[in-house]
Amino acid sequence: MTQVFTRPESLKDVATHFCPGCNHGSVHRLVAEALDEFGIRDQTIGVASVGCSVFLYGYFDIDVIEAPHGRAPAVATGAKRARPDRIVFTYQGDGDLAAIGMSEIIHAANRGEDLTVIFVNNTTYGMTGGQMAPTTMPGQKTSTSPYGRDVAKDGAPFKMAELLSNLDGVAFSARVALNSPKNILQAKKMIKTAFRYQVEKKGFSFIEALSSCPTNWGMNPLAANQRVTDEMIPYFPLGVYKNTANL
Amino acid sequence: MRYDVFFAGYGGQGVLLAGNLLSYAAIHEGKNVSFFPSYGVEKRGGAAMCTVVFADGDTGSPVVGNPSVAVLLNQLSFDKFASHVKQGGICIINSSLVDTTGVALPGVEVVPVPMNQIALEMGDVRMVNMIACGAYIEKSGALQESSLGAALKKALPERNHKLIPANIKAIEAGILAARG
Amino acid sequence: MPVASSEKIFVKGNEAVAMAALEAGCRCYFGYPITPQSDIPEYLSRELPGLGGEFLQAESEIGAINMLLGASATGVRAMTSSSGPGISLKQEGISYMAGSELPGVIVDIMRQGPGLGGIDASQADYFQATRGGGHGGYRIIVLAPNSVQEMYDLTMLAFDLSDIYRMPAMVLADSVIGQMKESIVANPRPAVALPDKDWVVRGRKDGTPQNIVKSLKLGDGEMEKFHWMMHARYQELADKENRWEEVQTDDAELIVTAFGSTSRIARTAVAMAREAGLKVGLMRPITLFPFPKTAYAKLSERCKLFLDIELSTGQMVDDVRLSVARDADVLFYGRPPGTGSLPTPEELFEQIKKNYQARS
Repeated sequence: MTQVFTRPESLKDVATHFCPGCNHGSVHRLVAEALDEFGIRDQTIGVASVGCSVFLYGYFDIDVIEAPHGRAPAVATGAKRARPDRIVFTYQGDGDLAAIGMSEIIHAANRGEDLTVIFVNNTTYGMTGGQMAPTTMPGQKTSTSPYGRDVAKDGAPFKMAELLSNLDGVAFSARVALNSPKNILQAKKMIKTAFRYQVEKKGFSFIEALSSCPTNWGMNPLAANQRVTDEMIPYFPLGVYKNTANL
Repeated sequence: MRYDVFFAGYGGQGVLLAGNLLSYAAIHEGKNVSFFPSYGVEKRGGAAMCTVVFADGDTGSPVVGNPSVAVLLNQLSFDKFASHVKQGGICIINSSLVDTTGVALPGVEVVPVPMNQIALEMGDVRMVNMIACGAYIEKSGALQESSLGAALKKALPERNHKLIPANIKAIEAGILAARG
Repeated sequence: MPVASSEKIFVKGNEAVAMAALEAGCRCYFGYPITPQSDIPEYLSRELPGLGGEFLQAESEIGAINMLLGASATGVRAMTSSSGPGISLKQEGISYMAGSELPGVIVDIMRQGPGLGGIDASQADYFQATRGGGHGGYRIIVLAPNSVQEMYDLTMLAFDLSDIYRMPAMVLADSVIGQMKESIVANPRPAVALPDKDWVVRGRKDGTPQNIVKSLKLGDGEMEKFHWMMHARYQELADKENRWEEVQTDDAELIVTAFGSTSRIARTAVAMAREAGLKVGLMRPITLFPFPKTAYAKLSERCKLFLDIELSTGQMVDDVRLSVARDADVLFYGRPPGTGSLPTPEELFEQIKKNYQARS
């Protein structure tokens, strides 16, 4: 009998700690598939951030540096500058990348560092218990916005894929979602393209992956998926915002 | 032997270059050297200062409270620092810009050298610091004139090496003026 | 541009740091401009590209220290430098480096504080440097040069010790030592046996273990074990790497003690005291962490009077008091940092004389 579906070599044979319905597992798998398909696992350094994605090293069978909160793009810059022959990617959540780490991501992107950044946007701080994030939707209730995000007071959510695409240093920027088989297939294509940019030394590549967080949203996984469709995608449109090399 | 000299003036008089020149000359003579651009309120308002200490052995403190020789290029420096000169020490002043009327410095040899006037007569007011260096080596006997000549090659950037003969002339003029 | 040369050269303290870093094989520098240390990045921005190295002016001190973390994790020698306010910003990254057992050299050319303070010399960041500076109860190696030659030599040593003991190392100087120019010999890098960096992230190959550089330790007892392991490593540092200088302490009835720039001023004051017939010596710690406790203890068996001098209201004096014998007195004379606050040798000589004559 032929086995048609296997675990990517770049992932370890362990169960994740992610909650049921969380999309981190899917994003992990798509990143691992890209590493496998390019045959670059033995050249890749992953940079983990702080939040639910901190256990990157527990799931990926690759070398990993754990960065301080928000600093993954700076850590990755140091690693890539020291070892330009390696593939370096960061994996960051919305609080990490778009709040405390805004300076690091903007400047790494603007310098056009030869990095790939995987940004998982689930509109909340997951690990600390569902507080308001820089991408929390207008009106969204969280544990620190119990009356809903007030745009007049808290500002509007950052649209990172669009924002970064405006920087000359960014070669590739796309937003994907994981809430349907079709979107997952598209996400796989985009993630692979993002790594292709780095493999071909064509510059900074950025993927924003819209993800559900059923636990902190107080929803079951199906309802959470539906929220991605109904609320998130209309506000954070999917698509390619920049593709300088047309890869 | 341990020598120390304190230079002060305003920005543009070449105080730091003078300190560097004496440092290179001392190195040329095989000495250990500490060159310290001084810190203090005085560095505000365009004042420039430096201390040079050189010795066969350890230079010790780069900071000197009572210098054995002070070279003071403007009135402000004179007013602030002349009284700090050590007993038995020397205070070389740029008498073109410094009025010492009414100031007594007992136990200190005051050497007035009209540095701006000499420099202007030589056709280049920027030579004030070289005249000061000449006066210093004449009065202190701490360094050879030939060492200053050799040091100019190191203290001046390559593009200014064409000015070395003029600088040497200014040093000589300073020596003669201090000899009196 | 070969750095090492037997000929004497005349350079600034800050330039000597940069030259030594190159000679030590440092090929990655990350920094952010701040007075009075900007000569270091300026020098390296000129020289590193020609050596195939990386100079990067970071977006912030936070960016710079984390770039150092990332480069160091891949096994290369890397450095950053800053002063007061910038060193405060770097503390987050230094704590993560300590927690991740990462080497890396941090140069701190101290200036006045708190806050923006001012650019004049200060020694008021002694506690920040020697107590670790960031959160979590760690220490880093701290070396305190007092000459331009030592700025060169101790920077090279910092790279070696940092690699050997797998922890960040700091060169702690101030604007006197950083801005001063002296004639030095740019010695070649000493041959030191260094451990293999088998822990570096370099890309996971089949048959090699997965390497992870991290500070998160959630396992049962894992963090406690880490702390005791580091505690033992700090003890090993103290046993093997303590460095200090003594001048005329053999017959001294009063021992002046100071580090860095102050020790230079004190040295001349001690010479003045000796000329005046006073039996005074100087004890200068070169390693501030580890602090040469046993050397102080030994000195205090015979000499019972110490005079600690610092550009602060007193920080190292605590370590001196903890180190000397119980029946030894440790006096303090401080000039807190600030414009016009640098003590002179004459002033320190007066302090020595006063306390020497008053000794029981």
